[in-house]
Amino acid sequence: MLEVKNLSVSYGQHEVVSDLSFSVNEGEWLMLIGPNGAGKSTIISAVSQSEKYTGNVSFEGRDVKSMKPSELAKLLGVLSQNHIISYSFTVGEIVRLGRYAYSPRIFSKKSDEDEISVERALEVTGMTELEGHYADTLSGGELQRAFLAQLFAQNPRLLILDEPTNHLDLVYQKQIFEIVSQWLKTPGRAVMSVVHDLSLARRYGSRAILLNKGKAVASGSVAEVFSRENLNSVYSMDVYDWMKTQLSQWEDE
Amino acid sequence: MSGKNTLNNKETVRDASASLTVQNKKPGVRRESFAFVIYLGFALVTLAALLFCVCVGSVSVPLKETFEVILKGIFGRELPEGTSQYIILSTRLPRVLCAALVGASLSVCGGAMQGLLKNPLADGSTLGVSSGASLGAVLAIAFGITIPSLPFAGTVVMAMLFAFLSLVVILSLSYKMDFSLSTNTIILIGVIFSMFVSSVMSLVITFASEKVKQITFWTMGSLAGSSYANVLMLFIALVLFGGTLFRYSRELNAFAVGEDNARHIGVNVKRVKLIVLISVSALIGVCVSVGGTIGFVGLVMPHMTRMVVGPNHKKLLPATVFSGAVFLMLADLVSRVLFSPRELPIGVVTSFVGSIVFVYIFYKSRRGK
Repeated sequence: MLEVKNLSVSYGQHEVVSDLSFSVNEGEWLMLIGPNGAGKSTIISAVSQSEKYTGNVSFEGRDVKSMKPSELAKLLGVLSQNHIISYSFTVGEIVRLGRYAYSPRIFSKKSDEDEISVERALEVTGMTELEGHYADTLSGGELQRAFLAQLFAQNPRLLILDEPTNHLDLVYQKQIFEIVSQWLKTPGRAVMSVVHDLSLARRYGSRAILLNKGKAVASGSVAEVFSRENLNSVYSMDVYDWMKTQLSQWEDE
Repeated sequence: MSGKNTLNNKETVRDASASLTVQNKKPGVRRESFAFVIYLGFALVTLAALLFCVCVGSVSVPLKETFEVILKGIFGRELPEGTSQYIILSTRLPRVLCAALVGASLSVCGGAMQGLLKNPLADGSTLGVSSGASLGAVLAIAFGITIPSLPFAGTVVMAMLFAFLSLVVILSLSYKMDFSLSTNTIILIGVIFSMFVSSVMSLVITFASEKVKQITFWTMGSLAGSSYANVLMLFIALVLFGGTLFRYSRELNAFAVGEDNARHIGVNVKRVKLIVLISVSALIGVCVSVGGTIGFVGLVMPHMTRMVVGPNHKKLLPATVFSGAVFLMLADLVSRVLFSPRELPIGVVTSFVGSIVFVYIFYKSRRGK
């Protein structure tokens, strides 16, 4: 589906991502993992055309750079990690913006498909009841679900998530990940995400790329990438040990 | 961001079968539908303000007579002799119409800029665009830059060009200093740029004072001596550039939610930004060439209007046309009658009222959070 070849991103002299190649296939959830500064978010920015890069990013054989923004939006959708709301838009207004690529003219009539997509997106994310609420009165988790609903209304083939649950409590973390994995069950879709929490990445991911200093250290199935050697070499600590110690405190009384 | 409000609402909505009516009354909840009545109300208020401003002045003319003169003037009938018809048709009506159009234009520009930059402090005057435009106009007059066969087009074109150049300078400087183009950087550079341009302008005026109007005209504005030619030019500019801004109201909504978000949903971010900035600077340029720099209209009116119709630019931009028009017509009225026969520069009135209102709104909205 998505093919990335020899991707490099530099800030001035400093190369943040160097010569990275990978692909995302239909039906899979690709996890980008690695410590801070590994270049995970930069990869997402480059793939979604928000960052200058060298190399090639193509979607089903077509170079993404040559696509119109509205064309690209029908294929890739991005969920950022946080949102700063300056004006009191309602949830409904934010979600309806997701249909922009389908009717980019102001006077073009809204199709039934637009309304159905919006309604379904609100329903799937559990935001129907909050549709008329101001976005700046929502909690962090509700706001993230509102933007997820916008993304579903946009109906892209590939979801790109940049640490989607970074500031959220456990309940919302679970909600977001469960909603996305339900979404992925429809054929022809895929997800690519940056996730800091290794347990979440391991549980929901089908494939993973372990990054360090802009380079891929390991890539493949989650089981392969999450090997003790791989993780220890990148994080410079015994990750397995740390995880197990934490889990052991949760044994039933 | 607090969740308490939403939680309460959630329950209310779930319990009530007639959820829509209940939702609308709750704080923090707004109806989506387009309220035509609001616009009718705006239009009526604007019309009433227009008539009021034409009637009242150093010589007050009764409403009935004003009506008569205007209607007869429009339909080309014979006019009654007397000073009132001269005052109304040749002085007051064009002036009031200019005030309405300049107010509407500045207010639409402010609304569009605040959306585009996701910044409630953005406006032609805070960003230095207005002072850039007046520098352009002053240079055109001082150096006699004209366009053959269109005598005052040189001033207008120079004002538009300098307004746009100012925006480019301010935004590229901010971009160089702060990649994310943050609110504070743009405002700070805008303010400094304004001061710089004002000093250059004062210099030019000092050496060319016999050609250029008084410095207060360019720094504080005035609509005295407006003509029907000005009205026509302002009207065309408002329809053309204001119309363009309105055409991009969906994109402006996307920008107001966030530039990254706009890019992700498929907005051609660079193109829209350029079109909006060009339209705004052209419209401000025309306004400045007619009325000088009039501050605070573009800053305060979109704020107040947003409180009534919400931030959706499809509703906000048309509404700002009316509110801006009413505000500037009244400000102009105050400027000419308060110390009559002496006239105040209109910017004195708008800045005086505008700054107080703005501080009040800002204080209230900050306290509310």
